[in-house]
Amino acid sequence: MFRNFGPGELLLLASGLRWTVALTALAFAGSGLLGLLVLVLRVSPARPLRLLAMLWIQAIQGTPLLGHLFLIFFGLPLMGFEVSRWVAATVALSVYGSAFLSEIWRGAVEGVPKGQWEASAALGLPRLLQLRKVILPQALTIAIPPTVGFLVQLIKNTSLASIIGLIELSREAQLVNGATFAPFVVYGCTSVLYFALCFPLTSWSRALEARRAVAR
Amino acid sequence: MNYTFRFSPVLSRADQLLAGLAETLWISAAVIALGFLVGLGGAFASRSHLKPLRFLVRGYVEAIRNTPLLAQLFFIYFGLPGLGIRLDAVPAAMIALVVNLGAYTIEIVRGGIEAVPKGQTDAGIALGLTRRQVLLLIVLKPALKVMFPALASQFTLLMLATSILSQIGVEDLFHMASLIDSATYRSFEVYAVACGFYLLTALGFRAVFALIYRLVFSERVRPAPPAAVVPP
Repeated sequence: MFRNFGPGELLLLASGLRWTVALTALAFAGSGLLGLLVLVLRVSPARPLRLLAMLWIQAIQGTPLLGHLFLIFFGLPLMGFEVSRWVAATVALSVYGSAFLSEIWRGAVEGVPKGQWEASAALGLPRLLQLRKVILPQALTIAIPPTVGFLVQLIKNTSLASIIGLIELSREAQLVNGATFAPFVVYGCTSVLYFALCFPLTSWSRALEARRAVAR
Repeated sequence: MNYTFRFSPVLSRADQLLAGLAETLWISAAVIALGFLVGLGGAFASRSHLKPLRFLVRGYVEAIRNTPLLAQLFFIYFGLPGLGIRLDAVPAAMIALVVNLGAYTIEIVRGGIEAVPKGQTDAGIALGLTRRQVLLLIVLKPALKVMFPALASQFTLLMLATSILSQIGVEDLFHMASLIDSATYRSFEVYAVACGFYLLTALGFRAVFALIYRLVFSERVRPAPPAAVVPP
């Protein structure tokens, strides 16, 4: 017989939310590291490196995340690389995120006046040090609001991991729905939980942006 | 790694992929058209004098932008039948996508309208136009021009996002790729080819949007009058 949807089921959904948060954290770290690498290549003085970064960004932004996920989860094992659901989801989301984060951050880096590069070059700083000591601290204040906005995108995109069977909020919702057959309540509660996670971040991003606009 | 790539089993089923691509394309085109209308209407409503209407639009935009498309799709396709509203996969998919795209479009259009200098509106009012006339005749076109790049990338993202429709059984490009995968076990090749199709489609979208931009928004620059020739 079907179970009724009660507090226990809500608790199950909440425990799924925990894994959504964990996957988001992993994917955000991965996107950040990979994104930083792509950014460094994208603003590099060497043309082939810039082209490589542009190609990466175009290819990722022009293909669906579900495609990356399936390529990694179903494609790689055939070549002898065993990938778990968590590894596949983390890698796919990081690859996907890197293409968007690096562009967001490039906008921020380019938002720093050119004179700042020239001044730090005139002081004899090598290129990487210019980036680290002079440009990045200024670019950071520009970058933070859209980065938080991107974090919301990432949270929402973790739902695709349910498709390869990783148990996070969306997958837990399918399981609870299978047991209770109360789809309206289950998927309604699921959406509310996502909203509870995303809305504060969206508001925060907006507040940061507004504060920055005032400071300028 | 001693894996031999074999694309031939996938490519010999290219007709299936193309049929899926056709489904992806027409659904995307229809959703973009409808979602754009929802976005325009919603953006106008969000500037209405009626507070409840503004509040309603705000709530709609926030609810959609802070939940995943997959959750929205499942809510409409699996959740609504719980209330007795039963929809086939394609209509359910289209409703979910239009509702989703509409919310993002409202934000973009609102931003575009706000980017038009206030002096333009004042000038229109001073000329005796009504608020609606000012919006439609003076503000809309420059606003659309400002928002066009953001709209174009939103529409491209929407096209890519249609890949999740495969999860409710819409026979789109991604669904066809999964079918071929289960028939051939050439997972890597088939999803790589499918990604290639999506990439080409995304590039095609970009070309089409660039063309539309040129046709609709590029200012025809009048050739400069010939410089006065000073007789020697």
